[in-house]
Amino acid sequence: MTGIYLLFILMLAIFVGFELIRKVPATLHTPLMSGANAISGITVIGALSLAGGESDRLATWLGVVAVMLATINVVGGYLVTDRMLAMFKKR
Amino acid sequence: MTDYLILINAVYVLCALLFIFGLKLLSHPSTARKGNLLSSLAMLIAVVVTLLDKQIISFEFIIGAIVIGSAVGVFAAKKIEMTSMPELVSLFNGVGGLASLAVAYAAIVSGASATVFVLVVSFLALLIGAVTFSGSIVAWAKLSERIVGRPIVFKGQAIANVLLIFAIATSGYLLVSQPEVTTWHYIAIGLALLMGVMLVLPIGGADMPVVISLLNSYSGLAACAAGFALENNLLIVAGALVGASGIILTNIMCKAMNRSLVNVLTSGFQKVHTSEIKIEGEIKPLSPDDAFYVLEASQSVLVIPGYGMAVAQAQHTMKELQTLLENNGAEVAYAIHPVAGRMPGHMNVLLAEADVSYEQLFEMDEINPRIEGFDVAIVIGANDVVNPAAREMVGSPIYGMPVINADLAKNVFVLKRGMATGFAGVDNPLFFKPNCRMIFGDAKETLNSLVRQFAD
Repeated sequence: MTGIYLLFILMLAIFVGFELIRKVPATLHTPLMSGANAISGITVIGALSLAGGESDRLATWLGVVAVMLATINVVGGYLVTDRMLAMFKKR
Repeated sequence: MTDYLILINAVYVLCALLFIFGLKLLSHPSTARKGNLLSSLAMLIAVVVTLLDKQIISFEFIIGAIVIGSAVGVFAAKKIEMTSMPELVSLFNGVGGLASLAVAYAAIVSGASATVFVLVVSFLALLIGAVTFSGSIVAWAKLSERIVGRPIVFKGQAIANVLLIFAIATSGYLLVSQPEVTTWHYIAIGLALLMGVMLVLPIGGADMPVVISLLNSYSGLAACAAGFALENNLLIVAGALVGASGIILTNIMCKAMNRSLVNVLTSGFQKVHTSEIKIEGEIKPLSPDDAFYVLEASQSVLVIPGYGMAVAQAQHTMKELQTLLENNGAEVAYAIHPVAGRMPGHMNVLLAEADVSYEQLFEMDEINPRIEGFDVAIVIGANDVVNPAAREMVGSPIYGMPVINADLAKNVFVLKRGMATGFAGVDNPLFFKPNCRMIFGDAKETLNSLVRQFAD
């Protein structure tokens, strides 16, 4: 039953995503990509519970590695997107 | 559900809302920066509230991992040149894929009593994460020219791919039915990594915008699948948003090349088209000195940049020329084809870096109806995206692809190194049109000599 309930969320999220992203102008497609990339670093919260939890050694270490990798994605992604967006100016 | 879990999930709802509003603000350049900030705020809140979870007992390694990850992220984001943005985005995609792979793998090894559903979605997350990782690394190597950019194909590749897909499906079945056998884990990961490599190898340089968009989508879908494995709503929502974004961009890129996704992904296997159609006319070269006199007398100038502008790093010189032209009383506009460059929006970022106002950047569909009004169209390092064969030569490999109709402007200057064909390997009848002049040489040097002429 949980699976069905999660699929519901997935379906709605995909529709919201399509509606939102369709409105992003072509000029912002590169920042959109790097920004979306930073959002995909959301894996970090999954990794956090694995890294700190009472699971077995291998799972803990995989979690720690995943936290580090996802943090690169999040921090790097948001910073570089901000750097790019700061350059888009109107005269 | 404990009180803590309810609190955490309530905060996740707020985070999802912030992500959605963040993306909504990205719909205009003037609000986009705020949107990105909102999105990063959502991420920060999500991380902090997750750390409050009582189940998390050891913080030392987590803090260490976050510090190292942040340092690497800050370094990469600050150091990168704007021209290398496609490489960086590929790398970040790859890192995200690897993170999802690790999370999925951890979910498999820690879930001793996992249900079949959890195992299936974990395997999917593992698969997509691995494909994203290895595919992005190959894409990065191609973009940074560590390996050749042209399609890499070998005999029997198509059969090998079909076998690989069967092998992956089998490894998935074995992993789900016997999750405790570690051999299946390694085989599944190994095959999935191989799959990513095989996916990107046969794809050529000019098709990179499609591949990067697709891998971007995968990195979101991997997070989404990991969300199913961990039963985490926020992972599912955020992953789905990224997945949707990548799919839309992939679709836009394919449409702009008048090709289907399957065609792009398998294009390396197809024979190179040799067009039988003879193009009548002659190439007329022009010196920058003569080009200057035409530009000086022009009232309106249209600039059409392509990947060649990025290679020559000519965007800053172009901006200088733009200022001089405007001081001379001319109107300057830029026309940008969706697949110009190596990733969606590549040209826009380079021009923004050179301080060109985004209001002067026009999409293909906006500029084509009024292109006849321009006195001069300057094509900088673009070829296929201005090829009139797409419009008028039935039977040409690129016939039907939407292009910027540069040939309809009163005069066309093409800044080009030599007479090589574009990626599509087709001759460009634009160069033979009576209103077209070729200015051979490095684009940046040509623009520089034009700037000098104006300054004198």
